[in-house]
Amino acid sequence: MKVEDFDLLASMLKDRSGLVLGKDKAYLLETRLMPVARKHGLKGLEELADVVRRKRDENVMGDITEAMTTNETLFFRDQKPFDLFRDVLLPKLMEGRQDSKRIRIWCAACSGGQEPYSLAMILKELGSKLMGWRIEILATDISVEMLDKAKTGLYTQFEVQRGLPITILVKYFRQTGDKWQLDAGIRSMVQFREFNLLESPSALGTFDVVFCRNVLIYFDQETKKKVLDGVARQMPKDGALLLGGAETVLGVTDSFKPVQGRRGVYQLSNSDVEF
Amino acid sequence: MKSCLVVDDSRVIRMVARKILEELSFEVIEAEDGKEALDKCKEKMPDGVLLDWNMPNMDGMEFLLAMRALPDGEEVKVVFCTTENDLSHIQEAIAAGANEYIMKPFDSEIIQSKFLQVGLL
Ligand SMILES: C[S@@+](CC[C@H](N)C(=O)[O-])C[C@H]1O[C@@H](n2cnc3c(N)ncnc32)[C@H](O)[C@@H]1O
Repeated sequence: MKVEDFDLLASMLKDRSGLVLGKDKAYLLETRLMPVARKHGLKGLEELADVVRRKRDENVMGDITEAMTTNETLFFRDQKPFDLFRDVLLPKLMEGRQDSKRIRIWCAACSGGQEPYSLAMILKELGSKLMGWRIEILATDISVEMLDKAKTGLYTQFEVQRGLPITILVKYFRQTGDKWQLDAGIRSMVQFREFNLLESPSALGTFDVVFCRNVLIYFDQETKKKVLDGVARQMPKDGALLLGGAETVLGVTDSFKPVQGRRGVYQLSNSDVEF
Repeated sequence: MKSCLVVDDSRVIRMVARKILEELSFEVIEAEDGKEALDKCKEKMPDGVLLDWNMPNMDGMEFLLAMRALPDGEEVKVVFCTTENDLSHIQEAIAAGANEYIMKPFDSEIIQSKFLQVGLL
């Protein structure tokens, strides 16, 4: 593909979603965007780039963004962060919120919903320990397609076999055709909403726990910092941030610091809460 | 090195499973039905069993119950791996003492995820 077409599409992607595409990823652009070109009746990437250049067509640009983001996810991904949430973060937060009995959780790049639903199932399993508590889970993503899928709570046999213990599958899913659907009760515990991490999250309110996992890896330093600083402003002193296995705040921003001995967990730099 | 007994009447499935498990550093033993598997367990109890359901001579469920009754048979982690993918079969397997359940078709990622869950990895 032509250099100027690659540059145009890459810069559009970065502006819209933060995704940074190295020159070595031209092949990825080609394989993933051919179907988009075809969908819009265009012959190839050259014509696709042309439409972006001349018309700035929202539909086309949206489809390109959807096609280029990676939606890979699974239930209870990496397990450990979810154990920490249940055994350390949640008890700590509950200690500090005996009066309000209210906790807000944000999954900031929820993809197909596996991450927020994993949290919802954890809460459900805790049962009567949470009696009288109001725990909200807000799950957001830039991809409308992924959000639509997440809301249905429908997963393939392949998806329900990655990360989900069989006892949990049996307990919370129903078989419908060749898919598995999550119980409506669990689904209703999560609120889904479209949100681009490049925007300020201030309108979303404050969050005690933020899962922002496996999305910052696609951004450059400046964007990572902007996102993390934005998250920090929405967090109380005893809040906690969870990042993916290949992500860190170190060398990116001063607003967070790692929680000692709790891999993947971060707290506000000016917080002295012990987790 | 942990050992895993692969029980399936299909040679192809045993081969695929062996390849995946060896990549995960398991010592792999094979059996083509429940009867042979039970004999292998009597010789030496494996750490884990990847178990098909429908097999001639002795099926997976019969094997599971017989194996659990052997000395040391309680500790073994049993992961069913079968085309039976309806809720009632899964529930029956759990009730009989299976630790995890894989619905075919499977791939290396699913095996890994399930073996992690039962503590074999
Ligand atoms: C690899 S998935 C991670 C899903 C889940 N958090 C996990 O760890 O398994 C990355 C998700 O980030 C979303 N994403 C990418 N850029 C985004 C942005 N600028 N704002 C919000 N979400 C974005 C993608 O749509 C995708 O669903």
